[in-house]
Amino acid sequence: MIKAKNLTKVFNSGFLFSKNTITAVDEVNFEIGRGEILALVGESGSGKSTIGKMMLKLLKPSGGQILLEDKDIFSISNNKEFYSKVQGIFQDPYSSFNPIFKVNRIFKLVRQSFKKEVPASEWNDRVENVLKKVGLNAGDVLNKYIHQLSGGQLQRLLIARALLMDVEVLVADEITSMLDASTRVDVLEALLSLKEIGAAIMFITHDLSQAYYISDKIVVLYRGSIVEMGSIEKVFSNPRHPYTQMLLDSIPQLDRKWETDKFDIEDSNKNQTIWKEGFCKYVDRCPIADTTCIKPAIKLIEEDHYVACAKL
Amino acid sequence: MKEFIYFAFKNTKFKIGLTILLFFLILAIIGPYISYYKDPLEYVSMSNLPPSRENWLGTTTFGQDVFTQFVYGLRSTFFIGLFGGGLATIIGLLIGFIAGYKGGLLDDLLMMLTNILIVIPTLALLIIIAAYLPYRGIGIQSVIIGLTAWPWTARAVRAQTLSLRSREFVNLAKITALRPLKIVLEEIAPNMMSYVVMVFILQFAGAILAAVGLDFIGLGPTRGISLGLMMQYSVLWNAIQLGMWWWFVPPGLAITMIVSSLYFLNIGLDEIFNPRLREE
Repeated sequence: MIKAKNLTKVFNSGFLFSKNTITAVDEVNFEIGRGEILALVGESGSGKSTIGKMMLKLLKPSGGQILLEDKDIFSISNNKEFYSKVQGIFQDPYSSFNPIFKVNRIFKLVRQSFKKEVPASEWNDRVENVLKKVGLNAGDVLNKYIHQLSGGQLQRLLIARALLMDVEVLVADEITSMLDASTRVDVLEALLSLKEIGAAIMFITHDLSQAYYISDKIVVLYRGSIVEMGSIEKVFSNPRHPYTQMLLDSIPQLDRKWETDKFDIEDSNKNQTIWKEGFCKYVDRCPIADTTCIKPAIKLIEEDHYVACAKL
Repeated sequence: MKEFIYFAFKNTKFKIGLTILLFFLILAIIGPYISYYKDPLEYVSMSNLPPSRENWLGTTTFGQDVFTQFVYGLRSTFFIGLFGGGLATIIGLLIGFIAGYKGGLLDDLLMMLTNILIVIPTLALLIIIAAYLPYRGIGIQSVIIGLTAWPWTARAVRAQTLSLRSREFVNLAKITALRPLKIVLEEIAPNMMSYVVMVFILQFAGAILAAVGLDFIGLGPTRGISLGLMMQYSVLWNAIQLGMWWWFVPPGLAITMIVSSLYFLNIGLDEIFNPRLREE
């Protein structure tokens, strides 16, 4: 359905004397099929949102391609056609709404752009239904300004907007971060129902348990590079990259208290000085790294499970 | 839009500001037609007369009619506010919008220019320019003020544009397949509109004050009359010591009230445009 090929994004900053380049996304490859949910996991600054933005044509990649049904998305000049298939939900619900308009404007604009043929009364019914699906009451929220609603309500309005459009690809960028536990389930259920009708969903998150709950595949990013990916069962049951192992170990569990000696901070910082261009990006935090960790290629280690580690 | 008008007439600060401003504006427009004398500098009567039926605001040391001077002075004050403030607003908006929206090298160069102008003391510059001109009219004065008052506006507008450009709702409009022009006009511009109006009001007030300052130190228009010149003459001819309150109180009061009414309008408009401040 949608596929990233050697996707790279380099940001330039500074002017004249203090030029700086940051490689946010470094040759990333993945594919999401119809009716699949791919979880994109990684810490802050690992390039998750940048990949999401590029999939929505909001940022131009510095290298590589994104293919929607084998067609480069940046060669699709008809935005209406593209965005009727590919939609996104952003991280920050507060800034996703124009503060001087009422929130129902986002639904009006969707109808104006994509669903002109739907009569107004039928459209209103659809909006009401979809709001019910994400646990909102249309009368309570539609005629309000953003400052009169909570972050969770706004986030759910954005999710409702995406659900209204029967999309083929959805980029969901940390959509549950603003929600409380009970509404979180509603939203995840809504995503699953979207998956059932054949949408390809990219679920960007740093919450591994949620990723496991709804995803089929997982991609673990570290500093813009994929360190491990594959089917979610395989990666979770048999994590091979030290970074993934660390992430999975750090999931809080209900039946256990936090143990402070779980990670030896000093030990994991021991390689801090050896990182150079061309080495594995995880080398300075990796407990098993040494000077032979030259930039590892991504390898297939079992069916549907890829790892980029020089020690394997 | 309708909504803005509705809230405008519910806002006390806005109503107070507008009433005072309109009062002086109407006085400036119709004043010259209702005063007995047509030339504000003509010697029409006995000197030092207190207000009377012939001379509504009395006369000056030279027997000029203060009311006539006052209404003509009001006209030039509004003129300077409109053109000086307007020019500063337009230059500031253009530079701020281009710098913020385009970014990169152009942004760096424009901001360099702006910062250089900010550190040059404006009053000193105004004095030098004004002193070099053999003939100074109100038009020249407003151009000088307009050309020196824009830097702060440019910086503020640039910051505003920068922050609006990177908000998610602009991205959301993009993925709703709105055309770029529509995004600028319907998503970004309405957020700036209130700001533009308020910048203009502040520049209007600033230009009036700058002109009064110049007039008062003797660098006002060489011909004609303005509220600042009236103040200067009254101080020059010891109106305060002689108790000729009718000479200096009206222009002083008018300047104070016009500028405060503009600030009232500014605060009121802020509450009208920003739904967050409306609640109470």
